[in-house]
Amino acid sequence: MDFGPFLLLALMEGTVTAAVLALTAVGLSLVFGVMRVVNVAHGEFFMLGAVLAWFITTWVGGPEWVGFAVALALAPLIVALLAALADRLVLKRLGYEPEATIVATIGLLYILQQAALSLYGPEARPVEPPFSFRIQFPWFGYSGYKLAVVIAAVLVLLAVWLFMTRSRAGLVMRATQVDRDTARAFGIDVDRVYAGVFALGAGLAAVAAVLIVPIQQAHYLMGGDPLLLSFITVIIGGLGSLRGTVIAALLIGLSDGVIAFFFSPTLAKILATLLVALVLVFRPQGLFGARQS
Amino acid sequence: MKVWALHLAVIAGLGAALFVLPPYHVTSLSRIMVLAVFAMGYNLAFGYTGLLSLGHALFFAAGVYGAALPASYLGVSAGPAMIGGLFAGAVMAGAVGLLALRTAGVSFMIVTLMFAQAGYLTILYFGQVTGGDEGLVLPETVRQLAGLDLSSETARFVTALVLFSLGLIGALLIVQSPFGRVMVAMRENEERSRMLGYNPFVVKLAVLALSGAYAGLAGAAHAVLFGYAGASFATIQYSILPMLWVLMGGAGTVLGPLIGTALMFYIIDLAGNLTTATLLVVGVALLVLILFAPRGILGTLRERGLRWLP
Repeated sequence: MDFGPFLLLALMEGTVTAAVLALTAVGLSLVFGVMRVVNVAHGEFFMLGAVLAWFITTWVGGPEWVGFAVALALAPLIVALLAALADRLVLKRLGYEPEATIVATIGLLYILQQAALSLYGPEARPVEPPFSFRIQFPWFGYSGYKLAVVIAAVLVLLAVWLFMTRSRAGLVMRATQVDRDTARAFGIDVDRVYAGVFALGAGLAAVAAVLIVPIQQAHYLMGGDPLLLSFITVIIGGLGSLRGTVIAALLIGLSDGVIAFFFSPTLAKILATLLVALVLVFRPQGLFGARQS
Repeated sequence: MKVWALHLAVIAGLGAALFVLPPYHVTSLSRIMVLAVFAMGYNLAFGYTGLLSLGHALFFAAGVYGAALPASYLGVSAGPAMIGGLFAGAVMAGAVGLLALRTAGVSFMIVTLMFAQAGYLTILYFGQVTGGDEGLVLPETVRQLAGLDLSSETARFVTALVLFSLGLIGALLIVQSPFGRVMVAMRENEERSRMLGYNPFVVKLAVLALSGAYAGLAGAAHAVLFGYAGASFATIQYSILPMLWVLMGGAGTVLGPLIGTALMFYIIDLAGNLTTATLLVVGVALLVLILFAPRGILGTLRERGLRWLP
């Protein structure tokens, strides 16, 4: 193959990465934006989504698409409930104090990881894609499912955007983000908003995981990379800014696809982590965020 | 007076343990003392100065490789290798601090985490030199200190005890000195200490470099005493563990790191006999501590009457 088709392939792989990354990172960004909580266990919610998808598809059986549809509906719901529970039992009692919540979510990370290792095992297991057709390009065939992932991710992101800007619940969430105390003075139940936002953030990570698991297999340690990449995305996009997060996800997904394709994946990650550290030091509002007074 | 008596008694007690304990526990205790040096360094930054870093694995690994690379490639012996590790940790912490200390709070945690992650990936990237995940085994010939063979049980224990004692006495001197008071002032109210004429950036940078020196020395000692260096020492786990040890023993207490390290070591050791779920133990310990005992063991004791504990 020539260089052109290679680049096209790298860009398409990058788009899939970007789509899944955008979903995961928007979840993290939402939690940080509204609650000012850095959720280190976010990657484990992603992992739980994938592992649950495996359990559900195995349990449902039948044609692939039925099991997958059930998993896509149920897994994020279960993860969201679990997150709401964690919020009530742990984060709320800490008063959402930033440093204490980071320590607590690290504890949560280990507990979830161990739970997955004990109940699911150390193997990586595949989930069958709901359908399999290949799109034939002149140079190579490409999985139709991967394109469906991109479309699904865009639809979910649109839904989140509509929810945040057009619905009453979204309005309440944004009000809480701007000023927690004033929101409470206006009769908003801030505790419920926080539990809801934490659940929504975790649920988004789980959706991303269910979408990716037919491509990537479920494994109890799979949460590390999405966590790191979403951190990078959220910070470069500007902490708490949803639009910046999506733009950064696209940028990082595409460049990760290209750099990892033509150079070494480890080198790509070293450069990305250093970039994040430097962005936080020199441009704390992110590359796309507006400076806050 | 009471303070010095207590700390010297602890050192004497550890020394006596060599003659009393069975060999298995002597090895464990050597490892605990080395790791306690790491925890004491973390405590200087986190407990006394309020710098919550998630990147100390980088400084520990700098010590591990600062000692292991010259030892395995140039045949440098254990003594100079450990001094090299100490400086590697201090220089690394100083360099990270120059950038990371421009941020504070959550940003500081993430920046240190990212630098540590970049360091870990760099060790993997140069796997041909560093041994990567598999690591390097240090040859017996370089594990000599003043004619002692460090792979022998007794020599290892004595070396660990000497390093631990130096670290403990050093920490005690630091926190009781005027500089130690300034460190606590930074933790309690940075604005007010700035108005009193102290430069927060310089103080924090010095503390971080000092903390890195402790971590580097501990890493170097771990490498030469146990004969192994590997990328696993740079993983995020080695940033979280010292935090856990310090939280458990009591942040901002001189003996807390030792108590926390020993307790956590034996909890995991005992849990390892009952179940394989060691990660669960770490996770639950973190949650329980942060929810119910954020001051740790000695911190709680100090609140309940032992006010003279440094």
